Amino acid sequence: MTSGTVTVLAAASLTDVIDVLAERFEDANADVDVVASYGGSSALAEQIVSGAPVDVFFSANEATMQSVVDAGLAADPEVLVTNTLQIAVPAGNPAGITGLADFARPELTIALCDTAVPCGAAAQSLLDLAGVQAQPDTLEEDVRAALTKVSLGEADAALVYVTDVVAAGSAVEGIDVPEAQQVINNYPVALLAEAPNPDAGQAFIDYLRSDEARQVFEHAGFAAP
Amino acid sequence: MQASRPRERRQPVILALGVIGLALLVLPLLGLILRAPWGQLGELFVRQEVLQALGLSLLTATLSTGLSLILGIPLAVLLSHSVHWKVLPRRLLRAAITIPLVLPPVVGGIALLLLLGRRGILGQWLTQVGITIPFTTGAVVLAQTFVAMPFLVFAVEGALRSADRRSELAAASLGASPWQIFRLVTVPLTAPGIAAGAVLCFARALGEFGATITFAGSFPGVTRTLPIASYLAMNSDPDTAIALALVLLAVSLGVLLALRDRWLPGTA
Repeated sequence: MTSGTVTVLAAASLTDVIDVLAERFEDANADVDVVASYGGSSALAEQIVSGAPVDVFFSANEATMQSVVDAGLAADPEVLVTNTLQIAVPAGNPAGITGLADFARPELTIALCDTAVPCGAAAQSLLDLAGVQAQPDTLEEDVRAALTKVSLGEADAALVYVTDVVAAGSAVEGIDVPEAQQVINNYPVALLAEAPNPDAGQAFIDYLRSDEARQVFEHAGFAAP
Repeated sequence: MQASRPRERRQPVILALGVIGLALLVLPLLGLILRAPWGQLGELFVRQEVLQALGLSLLTATLSTGLSLILGIPLAVLLSHSVHWKVLPRRLLRAAITIPLVLPPVVGGIALLLLLGRRGILGQWLTQVGITIPFTTGAVVLAQTFVAMPFLVFAVEGALRSADRRSELAAASLGASPWQIFRLVTVPLTAPGIAAGAVLCFARALGEFGATITFAGSFPGVTRTLPIASYLAMNSDPDTAIALALVLLAVSLGVLLALRDRWLPGTA
């Protein structure tokens, strides 16, 4: 029997899907309250290492999760879903972006994530792979900040996750990048060693593994590992 | 004599709470100083990202303080005249100047984006004539001015209210024009208030984060000021983040101490 509050820190790109899954989990477990907070994975990992009372950490890449494991605060993280990058442009694609090569055009306003956060590290790998020297105008602190600049029409294009393009709805259009299949972001989840409520935390992770949760993830654009 | 007794008895409590209050303000900064990687500090300070962020922060905070002086002193005069207005417009004016002080700066950044962004109410016209503000150093200055100018306005307004208005009346009776009165009498009379306001404004502009990252973005050398560089470095390299925070702390402290001593001898 699980009860109480489950505190979850999850990568910004998981915002919508965890909101949905948390609600369904709460519906099935009336005594459990899921409190989720979202942000750049690295900032979240820093909070955990600094002693934030958290039960579950869901990171957007393995390197960031590893920093928490190395601090002795988590063991055996499990990759639950994967995500790939896509070009996001404002609805109607006013700048006429066709591919990654446009990211080198200095006259366009380009938003990328900073390489300190997973989406920025992935974007850099992808640009390197495609041999594109990007000319970004801003290096955002998390993927949703980059997406917002596009959905407001302030940036002509950004590299974000496929799932962010899905989440942004009609404000944003996605353009596939052929090389993206070679830069796959793994999302590991782990129960934290100092979890205030480990039973409920584990129950939530078990729910994230379920078929029902899998469908929600896939609907949002995530893939299975 | 008897009247002073209860006050004496209350003093230890006041003293204790005051000290706790001070500790709450000072201890976190002390923690920052103690945790600082002093051994590598010299090497961290001369790193390009630190110097670049420092230079940009000093430049933009100076420009936004200048802009706040040009626009804020006249606004303070307007505010001090508003005592003669009807209640509603007077309160609206004061509220409008107070809002940026209490608003989360991120909200200020969103508001600036919706006004001056490429698809903003004014921004779409500016874009047509070739002016794009977001993601430029100019956007940083605007964001900082939005957040910091009210500090200057209220400091100057306070000085105007306590200043002796008879000199202005005398100047007027001697035939001085309103502009001459403003320039030759009002401004010198309120100089200490203006200086104090400018210092507060500069310090607030230097620390501005939320409105800047929302409206201006974050790019090294263009829009990534010290607070933003420090926040980002916290993600990947906490030692650099602490070094950047120390620079910010030292500059703020230096500005507050040096300028108050020089311009406001009475309060030193």
